[in-house]
Amino acid sequence: MQRIGVFICWCGSNIAATVDVERVADAVKKDQGVVYSATYQYMCSENGQQLIKNAIKEHSLTGIVVGSCSPRMHEATFRKTAEAAGLNSYMVEIANIREHCSWIHKDREEATEKAIILVRTAIAKVNLNAPLSAGESPVIKRALVIGGGIAGIQAALDIAEAGFEVDIVEKNATIGGRMAQIDKTFPTLDCSACILTPKMVDCAQNEKIDILSYSEVEEVKGFVGNFSVKIKRKARFVDEKKCTGCKLCMEKCPSKKGLDEFNMKLNKRPAIYIPFAQAIPNVAVIDPEQCIKLKTGKCGLCQKVCGAGAIDYTQKDEYIERGYGAIVVATGFKPIELNAFNEFGYSENQDVITSLELERIMNAAGPTNGVLLRPSDGEHPKVITFIQCVGSRDTSGCGKPYCSKICCMYTAKHAMLIREKYPDTEVHVFYIDVRTPGKNYDEFFRRAVEQYGVDYIKGMVGKVYNENGKLMVQGSNLIDNEQVLIESDLVVLAAAIEPEPSVRKIATLLTASIDTNNFLTESHAKLRPVESPTAGVYLAGVCQGPKDIPETVSQASACAAKVIGLLVKDKLKTNPCVASANETMCNGCSQCASVCPYGAITYVEKELRVDGKTELRRIASVNPAVCQGCGACTVTCPSGAMDLKGFSSKQIMSEVEEICKR
Amino acid sequence: MKEVESKMLERAKVLLESGEVARVIGWRKGAFCHDPEPASFESVDELKDFVYDYFCGANLSKYLIAESKKEGKTAVFLKPCDTYSFNQLVKEHRINREKIHVIAVECMAKLDIGKIKAKGLSAVTGVEVDGEQVKVQTLYGEAVLSKTEIVLAKCATCNKTHQVKDEEIVLHERPVRDVNRFAEVEALEQMTAEERFKFWREQLSKCIRCNACRNVCPACSCIKCVFDNPQSGVAAKANDDKFEEQLFHIIRAYHVAGRCTDCGECSRVCPQGIPLHLLNRKFIKDIDETYGEFQAGESAEGKTPLTEYRESDLEPKDVLKEGK
Repeated sequence: MQRIGVFICWCGSNIAATVDVERVADAVKKDQGVVYSATYQYMCSENGQQLIKNAIKEHSLTGIVVGSCSPRMHEATFRKTAEAAGLNSYMVEIANIREHCSWIHKDREEATEKAIILVRTAIAKVNLNAPLSAGESPVIKRALVIGGGIAGIQAALDIAEAGFEVDIVEKNATIGGRMAQIDKTFPTLDCSACILTPKMVDCAQNEKIDILSYSEVEEVKGFVGNFSVKIKRKARFVDEKKCTGCKLCMEKCPSKKGLDEFNMKLNKRPAIYIPFAQAIPNVAVIDPEQCIKLKTGKCGLCQKVCGAGAIDYTQKDEYIERGYGAIVVATGFKPIELNAFNEFGYSENQDVITSLELERIMNAAGPTNGVLLRPSDGEHPKVITFIQCVGSRDTSGCGKPYCSKICCMYTAKHAMLIREKYPDTEVHVFYIDVRTPGKNYDEFFRRAVEQYGVDYIKGMVGKVYNENGKLMVQGSNLIDNEQVLIESDLVVLAAAIEPEPSVRKIATLLTASIDTNNFLTESHAKLRPVESPTAGVYLAGVCQGPKDIPETVSQASACAAKVIGLLVKDKLKTNPCVASANETMCNGCSQCASVCPYGAITYVEKELRVDGKTELRRIASVNPAVCQGCGACTVTCPSGAMDLKGFSSKQIMSEVEEICKR
Repeated sequence: MKEVESKMLERAKVLLESGEVARVIGWRKGAFCHDPEPASFESVDELKDFVYDYFCGANLSKYLIAESKKEGKTAVFLKPCDTYSFNQLVKEHRINREKIHVIAVECMAKLDIGKIKAKGLSAVTGVEVDGEQVKVQTLYGEAVLSKTEIVLAKCATCNKTHQVKDEEIVLHERPVRDVNRFAEVEALEQMTAEERFKFWREQLSKCIRCNACRNVCPACSCIKCVFDNPQSGVAAKANDDKFEEQLFHIIRAYHVAGRCTDCGECSRVCPQGIPLHLLNRKFIKDIDETYGEFQAGESAEGKTPLTEYRESDLEPKDVLKEGK
């Protein structure tokens, strides 16, 4: 028989305004096992905790129920309180009467009734609780960074700086990501490559960092401190160790039809190529779709000219498996597909381009060597119209409901740079709102308008159509309340950004949650913004939400700090709420092992004495160091032999029963 | 069928006499011509009661859980549908495959005495099957029935083939037929939720909880069934409401989902004539539609849709969207 104390928190007025806390404490006073009940204004405060400690000692409590906020908020707090008073921390149950009750109800009567039920449910569980003790598991002192853009690079550099080993897994042939494609960066207008490539080189030269380019994460097992990750190293048909990056193969390759992804497919590249001049690793890769040798077996020119003997047409995908203590997800973004936006005629008109395409056209290493020429005829455009919010803040279902955050600033940058370099060019910008919070951001935007004379038009564009070789942009000017028609030579769409689609697979592999827009969810929007709800998984960059370079870099460094904080520990406390099989009931059918995401279940042949007979049986055995207590096995087990400590079927059923009594 | 029977008997004798196997699992004559029962034959002598005819519908695979634990090898006669259950049990490590010698035997569909009686015939003393025609002898004379109308429900939609054989006794090939085993399930799906609830409520209210369906089911092979285990909290849970007790069948359907081979034994043995196989078939159909076609027991290895995660798996929200 338990001796249970019930502690109902007012949470100031957060709970007490909607729930009659005294009535709750009173109602459960005589419930099974309850020997003490009390309320307090702030149970989490020093005084509140003291009240709990005193009651545990005075009333020899064996278990406590705290009716308060979500266990995510203060379960750890109250467990520590209990422990300080000599009570096992797993004898504490939280009844969430704030998020699950007072915050979502208006009617005091109804909310009070519900709070009583929730508290009784927790009491029912504590009645069946048993003390549990945590074990320890070692920490693998190596981190994995998924994605080699600026977020991944920064996180890796910071982690390596602290002395830990880091692997960067990048799916493309080079690290650098989107930032490598950008020409100039706002608000300082310094060259993107000039500030990024030294960091890329640092990564390559850092002994602690291993860059696994052209690779993808295939499988993730394990848990915080102890992940085991299978990485696919895609066949690049070039020996990474031998290739010197001389580019002779690129010159000789007769297949020149591949579209240059780095230049947003604005020009062609050979079948064997190095994505860009400063690529890291500076190693060629063969596009198997374009390579004549791989497709027909004839050619082999690159192999002949390669002085280093690096070309290997027989290379196959390879898989490596490595252990990590922590994982940083930094998978980045891509501009959305614009096929659904017929009104802007992106698919029909070569001279309707996206901002990232313009970025490449403006870049000295781009398809036009940095000269602003329009794609259709290579002429200098004289009138350029920018359209903002293409697919951003779009609730029509066609685009994205969120603000992509970076477009206002880069559009101002583009407009300004064009006016600076080509003062005879007329630049118009259609916008819904201009949003420029950030250090020196609004000043930057105002410079574009005031100093560079960019024509900002508040209003949306209804249609872009081609008339006699001119792009007619029809929109509305809301301030002058009139329709405008602008005859343009080039139209630039500020396309919304979305998480790189591969993030879905990564999220599933990591059991990290993802929101409706495919952004990874942080553990707490304000207080744990770089941690994923999955322990040991951290988020950096746009995979978590739209952000610009400075924000991405800060978040990456914050991730690194969290990772370092984890990796300096030698051991982590394990969760004692693990599964175990009742040997006499186990069929040995292996269904639990097939659903276990952690590979924690194996089988043993064991002699059992049942009903006076000895039988050799195949029985499930759970490794408690590997089990994470997810409970998948307990619901799969047909005979109910598998059960979870701290969340036994009996405990859960007793809670359900308590709720169903009403 | 007589021919097949004598070949089987011949093999059983040889296997037992040579000591190659310690026992043979087959069917033994019952009190009437239409109720042969599964039996274990341990000597040539015992084989005098051996029978294999149109009433040997019982699935023998489940008996092998116990038999494969015994000393020596066990030979078993398996019809096509039985081999799926056999595979499934091997996969779940319930049968020790090495200790079993499987003799695949031809089936040609088995008869349902209930359906024969429903035709107004009683005191049946024997049947003679000639293609589609079945001559039924009774104490009161003879009648000719159409075979299609009197086969077991599980045979009416069967297109199964032998999945396991160490040797086979197949003298006639059963023609492959074009049957849709989901037709009845589809009819249930067409009903409104209320109609369907009424249908099942009426059907399940006939249940007397004799546990025959569970005891015969090869997928229900738990060492300790949750319904027999006072510790499980399930056994005595459902006595508040009559229909709640009948949830037994729905719980059972969930427990065997993804493992049920559609052997149809549950409906065959139900003394109340509840079409229990339809519950399981609905699960099979849903699994097929949600995760791609899957036949439990086709192999004794590999993963199953409900216990395996694949990247192509539908998200819960999509299932809800498409859910019927």
